[in-house]
Amino acid sequence: MPLRRLVPTVIVSAFSLVAAAVAAPTPKIAPDAGSFSLDNGLLVVVIPDHRAPVVTHMVWYKAGSAEDPPGKSGIAHFLEHLMFKGTANHPPGELRQRIAEIGGNDNAFTTYDYTAYHQTVAREHLGLMMEFEADRMASLVIDDAAIATEREVIIEERRSRIDNEPGAQLGEAIDAALFQNGRYGIPVIGWAHEMAALDRTDALAFYERYYTPNNAVLVVAGDVTEAEVRRLAEATYGKLPRRAEPPPRIRAREPLPLAARTVTLADPRVSLPAVRRLYLTPSYGNAAPGEAEALDVLGEILGGGTTSRFYRRLVVEKSLAASAGAGYGGGAIGEGSFAMYAVPRDQTSLEALAAEFDAIVQELLDNGVTEDELVRAKRRMITDSIYAGDSQSALARMFGRALASGGSLADVQDWPQRIEAVGAEDILAAARKYLDIRRSVTGYLTGAPGDGRT
Amino acid sequence: MTAIRTAAILHATRVALAAIGFVTLLIGPLTVAARAVEIERVVSPLGIEAWLVEDDTVPLVAMSFAFIGGAAQDPAERPGVANMLSGLLDEGAGDLDSKAFQATLDEFSIDISFDASRDAFAGSLKTLVENRDQAARLLRLALTTPRFDIEPVERIRAQIVAGIRSDESDPDSIAGETLIKAAFPDHPYGRPLEGTLDTVAAITVDDLKTFHRRTIARDNLRIAVVGAIDATSLARLLDDVFGSLPAKAELSSVPDVEPALSERVDVVMDIPQTVLSLAGKGITRSDPDFIPASVATLILGGGGLSSRLYHEVREKRGLAYSVGIGLHVYDHAGLVVGGTKTRADQADNVVALIEAEIARFASEGPTEEELAKAKGYLIGSYALRFTTSTRIARQLLAIQLDNLGIDYIDHRKDLIGAVTVDDVRRVAKRLFSGDMIVVRVGQAAS
Repeated sequence: MPLRRLVPTVIVSAFSLVAAAVAAPTPKIAPDAGSFSLDNGLLVVVIPDHRAPVVTHMVWYKAGSAEDPPGKSGIAHFLEHLMFKGTANHPPGELRQRIAEIGGNDNAFTTYDYTAYHQTVAREHLGLMMEFEADRMASLVIDDAAIATEREVIIEERRSRIDNEPGAQLGEAIDAALFQNGRYGIPVIGWAHEMAALDRTDALAFYERYYTPNNAVLVVAGDVTEAEVRRLAEATYGKLPRRAEPPPRIRAREPLPLAARTVTLADPRVSLPAVRRLYLTPSYGNAAPGEAEALDVLGEILGGGTTSRFYRRLVVEKSLAASAGAGYGGGAIGEGSFAMYAVPRDQTSLEALAAEFDAIVQELLDNGVTEDELVRAKRRMITDSIYAGDSQSALARMFGRALASGGSLADVQDWPQRIEAVGAEDILAAARKYLDIRRSVTGYLTGAPGDGRT
Repeated sequence: MTAIRTAAILHATRVALAAIGFVTLLIGPLTVAARAVEIERVVSPLGIEAWLVEDDTVPLVAMSFAFIGGAAQDPAERPGVANMLSGLLDEGAGDLDSKAFQATLDEFSIDISFDASRDAFAGSLKTLVENRDQAARLLRLALTTPRFDIEPVERIRAQIVAGIRSDESDPDSIAGETLIKAAFPDHPYGRPLEGTLDTVAAITVDDLKTFHRRTIARDNLRIAVVGAIDATSLARLLDDVFGSLPAKAELSSVPDVEPALSERVDVVMDIPQTVLSLAGKGITRSDPDFIPASVATLILGGGGLSSRLYHEVREKRGLAYSVGIGLHVYDHAGLVVGGTKTRADQADNVVALIEAEIARFASEGPTEEELAKAKGYLIGSYALRFTTSTRIARQLLAIQLDNLGIDYIDHRKDLIGAVTVDDVRRVAKRLFSGDMIVVRVGQAAS
């Protein structure tokens, strides 16, 4: 929906910091975190947090929807659902039943670049979680009955998330226009017509190709030591053979965009119009050193919260928008994007808001950012990292995301220093390079009568 | 690191207890020892009470607080006042206009937020320890001397209007609003919490000030604090922030109400997936059967994989991505609310299936195995609500608002452990054998 914050704040954290976190030397995120690899290639990350007798256990596979074979969109996500359907050793539902019995939480999620499975349980059950997770890494059973039923479930999921939501349908159209060559233009959940044809062979092929210890990252955060994790992991995951040698993760590079694109979705169901724009940018995974960090700080200055340029100018000073924001999405292995959005106030037209986007960008290119804006934005981002350190699951996700996308422990830990190092000239250079209208797709969501297709 | 395009698709099989399986269940030994939560009752020199959990691990202080008296206190003809007030307290106060107030929050990395529910006007504060005094000052200003300058008032009004307009065409919002209106036709709970386009347009600064004067006081205030602060410092901070508020709130009395449950409402909308919401008789928090009711609801439709509804609707038949039922608890009423979404042409079948499952549960009650699993889950998962400072503060506040006592965390386990099959059967009959409201938003039935 248009009102939701388009760009989640980068969650970075550092809970073992000295108290004087802001003025003092820039903090390091989870400095106690460590990692090691098992003989079969499984990478293990341990993030100690001894405040509560609880652990978060996550397994990340370096395979997401961008690995879906052509014509099989949605298979990575479908497999995620099927991973709950039982193994050669455990009937369907047993894992979740055990987790429920011990009062744990579990879930899973799929993105473009990775798929993750996670549980939060009392620390004494960590070994049990590893047994179950290791088991389904190697011994999944998929039968045709489960396929038929669960395929209906993912199609209902698509109806909920996309087909019933014009704003989400526009989002798919914007992505499809922005990514002209790579796989990020295809939705994670899949195109409806391709989902309907996904079968057992497709799911098994994906599983056999990518679900192997040497293509996974195990992250354990909480009340444990590295030694305990190593012992438990060797006794469970350590016994699994490498089942496959996944190919290098190719993300086809996008061509230099030459044409500013506009997409419009008009639907009678839309009662609140909105405008969104994405610019194609590099990501943390493929940017030149410092460039992604500069875009991140720029996103905070332009669009982070009520003191940002977007909010001040469009919502407060000009009263043109009910809400507005901007931010950088740089988490992908391949290209990322810089987003802007606004929801009109009163009778403001979407075109007028898009013109304001242009004006804000032009002003930035002409005058750069002020020292005060820069200092505040960086401080906010670094303080957020301290706040996020209050949550072991936030830490686990941060490290998992980075390592499953090709980053390193140090990439995460040193992120605050790299943010601190961003200068006004870096931001201006990044803005000149990437906030070029030819790199953008502008999406209009309007309530004008459509043709009734849903 | 940010993930705008890597918008995660969450697996729907949320926290659940599993229905299928053969594992014998243990409760005692598997119980997670709740985090060593040592709660201290702190009373300030001016008599303001807070529950404190002192913890220096992270250099922050988190506070959750609430004033009893939420949107149910809105003027009858003008719903939306409490909600609008919650958007305006941090938009200028004392000598700081909106811009200055927000800039100061920003400068010191202080988070302040407010939220109006039906029965309470709640707030939260999060600050680094070193900025504690600034945080206290800003919160005091927000609570005691909000400015209601015209620019922020009109801006927040426009944002609320945008939200209402967006909800007007959102099938989930329509279903929820329709349901609550049908359940409480002549009661404050039946009014839209955010107001309507008309009432929001009509709200005046006087309305906001009146609500503020009558509701933001000391005798209806509950506070929980977690973080790097000791009792003495907290006592000082409490007086500093809340000490100058009026001693007594002037709340209108809100009558207890039994929901009206006979209605079936169809809202016709051209969408591919029909949204189904249903509501039945619920239970209040002070009812002696509340805990058995929580267990019953969990077994029937709580949260996920193994609830009966989840199993029948999703696992066995693939009719929906999510389906569930839960207790909605108000100070003066209770509701059981459930829902799912399914392809338009299956909607009738799904309604019938859910109603049949509910009826079966009402007549048969749970099995021993289901009960044991539900209890194990409720007891064991409690610790997971205490994993961050802000979550602990929220829990401690909720316990106060529900009048459960400062030792509730310790004896909750025994309360759940004592529930028997007969208890659940009795409560299931009480909650699930009567009429239900059924709201369908979607294509007209063919």
